[in-house]
Amino acid sequence: MNATMSRYRTMTGHRLFWPAAVLFVMLAANTIYRPGFLSIELKDGHLYGSPIDILRLSAPLILVALGMTLVISTGGIDLSVGSVCAISGAIACMYISKQSDQNSLVVVLTALAMALGVALVLGAWNGVLVAVIGIQPIIATLILMVAGRGLAQLITQGQIITINSEPFRAIGLGHLLTLPLAIFIALAAALLVAAFTRRTALGMIVESVGGNAEASRLAGIRSGRVIFLAYVLSAACAAIAGFMMTANVSSADGNAVGLWVELDAILAVVIGGTSLAGGRFFLSGTIIGALIIQTLTTTVYAMDISPQTSLLFKAVVVIAVCLIQAPAFRARFSRRRRNAPPPATIADKPKEQVPA
Amino acid sequence: MTTGLLTPGRARFRLPRKQIPVLATLALLLVMYGIGVSQYTAFSNVQVIFNVFIDNGFLLVVAIGMTFVILTGGIDLSVGSVVAMTAMVSAWLLQEGLPAALVLVIALLIGPTLGLLMGCAIHFFDIQPFIVTLAGMFFARGMCTFISGSSIPITDGFWTRMSQERIGDPRGNFVSISVLIAFVVVAVAAYTLAYTRLGRNVYAIGGNPQSALLMGLPVGRTRIAVYTISGLCSAIGGILLSFYTLSGAPLIAVGMELDVIAAVVIGGTVLTGGAGYVFGTVLGVLVLGVIQTLITFDGSLNSWWTKIVIGGLLFAFILLQRLIGIRYK
Repeated sequence: MNATMSRYRTMTGHRLFWPAAVLFVMLAANTIYRPGFLSIELKDGHLYGSPIDILRLSAPLILVALGMTLVISTGGIDLSVGSVCAISGAIACMYISKQSDQNSLVVVLTALAMALGVALVLGAWNGVLVAVIGIQPIIATLILMVAGRGLAQLITQGQIITINSEPFRAIGLGHLLTLPLAIFIALAAALLVAAFTRRTALGMIVESVGGNAEASRLAGIRSGRVIFLAYVLSAACAAIAGFMMTANVSSADGNAVGLWVELDAILAVVIGGTSLAGGRFFLSGTIIGALIIQTLTTTVYAMDISPQTSLLFKAVVVIAVCLIQAPAFRARFSRRRRNAPPPATIADKPKEQVPA
Repeated sequence: MTTGLLTPGRARFRLPRKQIPVLATLALLLVMYGIGVSQYTAFSNVQVIFNVFIDNGFLLVVAIGMTFVILTGGIDLSVGSVVAMTAMVSAWLLQEGLPAALVLVIALLIGPTLGLLMGCAIHFFDIQPFIVTLAGMFFARGMCTFISGSSIPITDGFWTRMSQERIGDPRGNFVSISVLIAFVVVAVAAYTLAYTRLGRNVYAIGGNPQSALLMGLPVGRTRIAVYTISGLCSAIGGILLSFYTLSGAPLIAVGMELDVIAAVVIGGTVLTGGAGYVFGTVLGVLVLGVIQTLITFDGSLNSWWTKIVIGGLLFAFILLQRLIGIRYK
């Protein structure tokens, strides 16, 4: 009993170990390539440096990936987050651009509230499609992914809306206690989600729904409601991420905001050890996953390689991480090493293979 | 996507119901065409229909490959990138001065090879098709920019001939060679799905992989085969696209996988696999093509309406599939 417990602990340690190791290796490689990589300097009361940049730029991705983690752990997937980012950014910018005093805090807050409200409606739409009507998540959210881009362009009338609002800009570029404000927003969201899921029974309920929605329903959990909430939360996270993305450039482009962020987010979630089949999730793993992806992107920029080519590296990382996590691959690998698969792998295997 | 679950008490679908989505698509297509003809006089010109085929020939070919994958209950996100990579590689090799025939062979081999590798990863390591083909998508798109950051023009004689050759009647209506190639692919695919052992296996696996395995069908081989077929179709689609644009651009066909999936779904193929036809996919592609044509004819509507309408149609058809109770998870 004790032996299996400790083995289980090493297994869970393992899951975070690999992503963390990858992140560490990347940072180390960067430092070797560019010795000044890790240096941080204080200028005008703000900290500057590559690590700070990585943190700041990864904040939207962390937010989107947080929501995605919960959706994936219910056995679903949310492809519409990129479109939701674009729509919320577009609404906020559109409202602010129409006001005479763009720097007024009230205006900005109203804009944010409006955009967040619309995002919640969109999330509810996804939730209803999946939880009430029972459409496959990948296709239910595909609808909004396709139509949402169109809606975002409809809101901005195909234009790039530029605004000049200091409070809005602060969401993306502002500072708090020498660190970028965006990091704190992402961190606060992460802590909030973690507190709600890991300090209450909610997390376990979400995992049980992801493991088997029907069985959970029979056990007295309102599966439909849990799934619905996951999609609403995902949309809300995407909306805040959309604010950050638009605030970073002080403009809203219905076509470009949040493009491919859903793929990066899914990637971050998978790298973090959350199984795409649902049933278990690791928020800390997701955050490390998001940092890995942002570090990869920054590295590629720093090495003067075209940003698109970074997709090549991403492909390699995805396949490597998925292979490491695939039970079939592990079984093969360990069998080759010591003829019989270790008991821990067997105990772990059925859990992984439970489909959504 | 979740091909591994046995759900007890799932109702067997009844035969006439199976055709309803395809018939609905056909009806929609006719209604849209009717609207077009009644609104714009030039719309009744036969060339309008031919143009839909000319503009969407490559989309049709790629959608055929996707139909195979979706019929087994999988998904292939890499198609758009593979199309771009094929066009890019052929443009690059032609620029390097390789003979056209050799370039064609190489370009047509890349897609299936990538598809084969992805199929193997999906089958042997039991990783979700979604994530494997996502990696394939990143890889192919990365290769595009790796080859060249900017667009490469094609000046090769064979390519320009294929691009400019017009096959038509004396009245001036014509189709391009690409359309004929697309029709050949459609015919071969329809025959394969309906009359060959591979086609039966594809439907059987999409219906229920466990049962297929217990029946002794080669599940693994078929699953790998459909991703290879999808890769091949994407490669052909890439060649057709390079005929159409006479260039290879690293950012061409971005987001095409969504159009392709939408076409397949609108064509009545059920995303959990096991039900659908090549003919439906042809109709699905035509619906997308006619929407674009309608929006072009109506000058006041903007291009983003295309996306909104496609999204709306996707919703309507998925709801229809759900309502008529075709097996859906």
